[in-house]
Amino acid sequence: MTTKLMGTAVQRVEDQRFLRGEGRYVDDIAVDGRTLHAAVLRSPHAHARIIDIDVDEVLDLDGVHAVWTYDDLTGPMAEPLPLLIPHPALTHGRTQYALARDEVNYVGEAIAFVVADDRYVAEDAVGLIKVSYEFLKPVVGIDNARAAQHLVHEDVPGNIGARLEQNVGDAPTAIAAAPHRLELDLTVERSACMPMEGRGTVARWDADINRLQVWTSTQTSTGVRAAVAVKLGLDLGQVDVITPDVGGGFGVKIVHPWPEELLVPLAARALGRTVKFTEDRREHFISSAHERGQVHHVEVGFDDDGRLCGLDVEFWHDHGAYSPYGLIVPIITSTQLLGPYKPNNYRVVFESLYTNTVMVTPYRGAGRPQGCYTMERTMDAIAAYLGKDRAEVRAVNFIQPDEFPFDQGLIFQDGRELEYDSGDYPASLEKIKALVGWDEFPAYQAEMAAVGRKVGIGLACYVEGTGVGPYEGAHVHIETSGKVKVATGLTTQGQGHATVFAQLVADELGCRFEDIEVVTGDTRRMPYAVGTFASRAAVMSGSAIHLAAKRAKEKVLRIAADALEADESDLEIIAGVVSVKGSPGSSIDLGTVAVLSNPLRYAFDEASQAATQFSVGDPGKAPVPEDEEPGLEGKDFYSPERATFASGMHAVIVETDPLTAEITILKYAVVHDCGHLINPMIVEGQIHGGVAQGIGGALYERMAYDESGQLLNASFMDFLMPYVTEVPDGIDIDHLETPSPLNPLGIKGAGEAGVIPSAAVFASAIEDAEGFPITAMPISPSELFALRQQRAEEKS
Amino acid sequence: MSEELHDVRLVVNGTTHHTQVPARRLLSDALRHDLALTGTHVGCEHGVCGACTVLVDGKPMRSCLIFAVSAIDTEITTVEGLTEPDGSLGPVQQAFAECHGLQCGFCTPGFLTTITAGLAENPCPTHDEARDMIAGNLCRCTGYQNIVKAVERAAVLIEERTS
Ligand code: FES
Ligand code: FES
Repeated sequence: MTTKLMGTAVQRVEDQRFLRGEGRYVDDIAVDGRTLHAAVLRSPHAHARIIDIDVDEVLDLDGVHAVWTYDDLTGPMAEPLPLLIPHPALTHGRTQYALARDEVNYVGEAIAFVVADDRYVAEDAVGLIKVSYEFLKPVVGIDNARAAQHLVHEDVPGNIGARLEQNVGDAPTAIAAAPHRLELDLTVERSACMPMEGRGTVARWDADINRLQVWTSTQTSTGVRAAVAVKLGLDLGQVDVITPDVGGGFGVKIVHPWPEELLVPLAARALGRTVKFTEDRREHFISSAHERGQVHHVEVGFDDDGRLCGLDVEFWHDHGAYSPYGLIVPIITSTQLLGPYKPNNYRVVFESLYTNTVMVTPYRGAGRPQGCYTMERTMDAIAAYLGKDRAEVRAVNFIQPDEFPFDQGLIFQDGRELEYDSGDYPASLEKIKALVGWDEFPAYQAEMAAVGRKVGIGLACYVEGTGVGPYEGAHVHIETSGKVKVATGLTTQGQGHATVFAQLVADELGCRFEDIEVVTGDTRRMPYAVGTFASRAAVMSGSAIHLAAKRAKEKVLRIAADALEADESDLEIIAGVVSVKGSPGSSIDLGTVAVLSNPLRYAFDEASQAATQFSVGDPGKAPVPEDEEPGLEGKDFYSPERATFASGMHAVIVETDPLTAEITILKYAVVHDCGHLINPMIVEGQIHGGVAQGIGGALYERMAYDESGQLLNASFMDFLMPYVTEVPDGIDIDHLETPSPLNPLGIKGAGEAGVIPSAAVFASAIEDAEGFPITAMPISPSELFALRQQRAEEKS
Repeated sequence: MSEELHDVRLVVNGTTHHTQVPARRLLSDALRHDLALTGTHVGCEHGVCGACTVLVDGKPMRSCLIFAVSAIDTEITTVEGLTEPDGSLGPVQQAFAECHGLQCGFCTPGFLTTITAGLAENPCPTHDEARDMIAGNLCRCTGYQNIVKAVERAAVLIEERTS
């Protein structure tokens, strides 16, 4: 008997490499004295016209190989960077140039590119470039963008890139007719992914075969490949993109091509040398991407039980200086805001606004944290208004288990209907209440109050569309050694794909787990792929790998049945050996089957010798029959009709210091439903990491822009990411497994869940502790202190 | 003008390396780019994240804040030097594997070196001391839960291996 690895906490195979210091991140590639290094001159001003760029002094510097500005770019390289995801509502999409042409629109925008013997010299050179600017008025923050006294782009009126409205029923009328009504204004500030490894690209031009090899720290190697080919005027077949180990992504690395992802290959080809760019931390703050900044206005109508009659949400999304990633973030907010609830009537409208700040693209959760925060703040407000239990108000609005599939009547980010496939929200609620001690909390709160301590409990629920299409593919190749090589095109940045995908292959194929090697993000191995985002890797590539392994297995059985003179249905594969059930003596191992699959003239290895005892194929037919191919391989693609919807609920108990307003987490609980778990250890790891990022976003992290568009906290010293001291000692996790009917494994995505409800759940808990509304997140102790004072003044 | 180069002798993981570097070359860059010991990672270059932590004469230090020329006459241990001579994982590395103490692995070398030094100083940390031991290192993936477990597990493994 073999035990299934699906659902087992298998230790990660990739760790062996990482723990020995043998990971290969992009800056670890091409470590030799011959590699050239690039540095970028970035705009120190948020909004200015470039009058002149003087590079004369750089040319005299020893060790400099190239210095380029916009004027040096030609053809497609001189065009704006692509707008990756156009949308009819994005009437004024704008993207930057690889190097600024005549205007800069944020501090950090690339102006000049220098290639030198090493990074130190390249930075010296950058320091010698002189740029004269004519200053323009910067637009910073949503209020200023809306006021539109100044424009980010002259040709974008009102700074409005897009306006999108969706309606289900007639919310304004339903709200006007509802027994009770409330209005809320809710804001969330900017944060960012902040992977520990920034961006980076290495390129090498092989003049002997006219081929470019690019290593880049990306969430989509196929996307980068297509972009590089087009921009450099190469055929797709001349470009290989390899994503090595990636030190975290969290969304920011889905954006492509970054200016450097084009300039580095361009330089490699022009100079005939390997060229490397490694982003430093300050650059990551000011020249990659941010997210989360939104302002929301809610109008809600409800009945005496707190049941929604209608919900009308208007919000403003700060998308920074450019909009390469389209409207994905605000569309997700506007649709996923509904969470596990039935709004009955819903109107949502957003404006996506330009500001002179770093552009905004998805960060783990991608608009859902803001949506969840908006919805859950509304639920809490309804409960407070009616004097009801917050969990009860949520429960009366839940979609019930027998109502799936449930169509919310909206169009989701993938252009498909927002139709939930499965879930059990009442069961999740029962679990989270038990896990956090919801019903016992009021007594505890009173007890604490009696000794002068303030504690509060918060609850937040979410639904997350995961595993969006269009597709992923996989290739499974059994070598004559019996080793199984698996390739899928999407990339990996810490999710343990080499382990979980191998688990799936071992289960389906019956080979030994140790014999499997998984490669991701290498266009030489799988040229058709989309990328790793939207909690889609396990669902999409996991399903594709499962299907590809099934195909490989079918071929194994076909050949083995022939060789063993048995019926396919009588065969089983265990630990890499195919045998006739009940007569283990009659067997053949996978490597030998691989030899038989490929009628080659030459024999090299032991498996080939072993194969001579078997004869397969019909002597009356061609050695490779018409409907067969040589080799023992399976390839397949998975393309679901629509996303699968994971869900969950978080609860937190906080204590707020009566004097200092310091916020301490006493307990954090998570109930999580991502369908069947492939590897529970890895899923829990994803939750832990998400919760920590969520805590950062709720209590500490913000992008502190001043009114001139300078980012004042562009370092780890000043941008406060959680250390261990900021995360709770233990996170209580319980799982519910509601399988997805949409894929063969019944799985749903798990990557983003941990971060989605954080702002909502902390606002809820702090409000409970303090007794006044919390409407702006993140919240620092000094802000909470100020709110207390404001309340005291209002009262007196 | 060319930069003046200085001869430096760096003893890393027991091996002596001779190289020439400009005075301003960071130890982290010298290790990574001159000696090709790329296990040491650079996450911030300003001494806050701890990814670049190496042991200098047994003490955890941030190699992004040290010039290579000032590391002459020291014994440096990097993550590569934490592996056992037979190639198997050292106790702290093993504990990370068992406890799922890493995801993307970028911060990991800094944690491994920091914990190695921490446990040398305090072989039996209490739970709070285990948390304290890693309080100067940033990780964006794991939420630290399993890293704390790994500290505690490593303490047990070291005890087992030395007894
Ligand atoms: S790289 Fe040295 S502390 Fe961050
Ligand atoms: S494991 Fe990715 S930063 Fe720590």
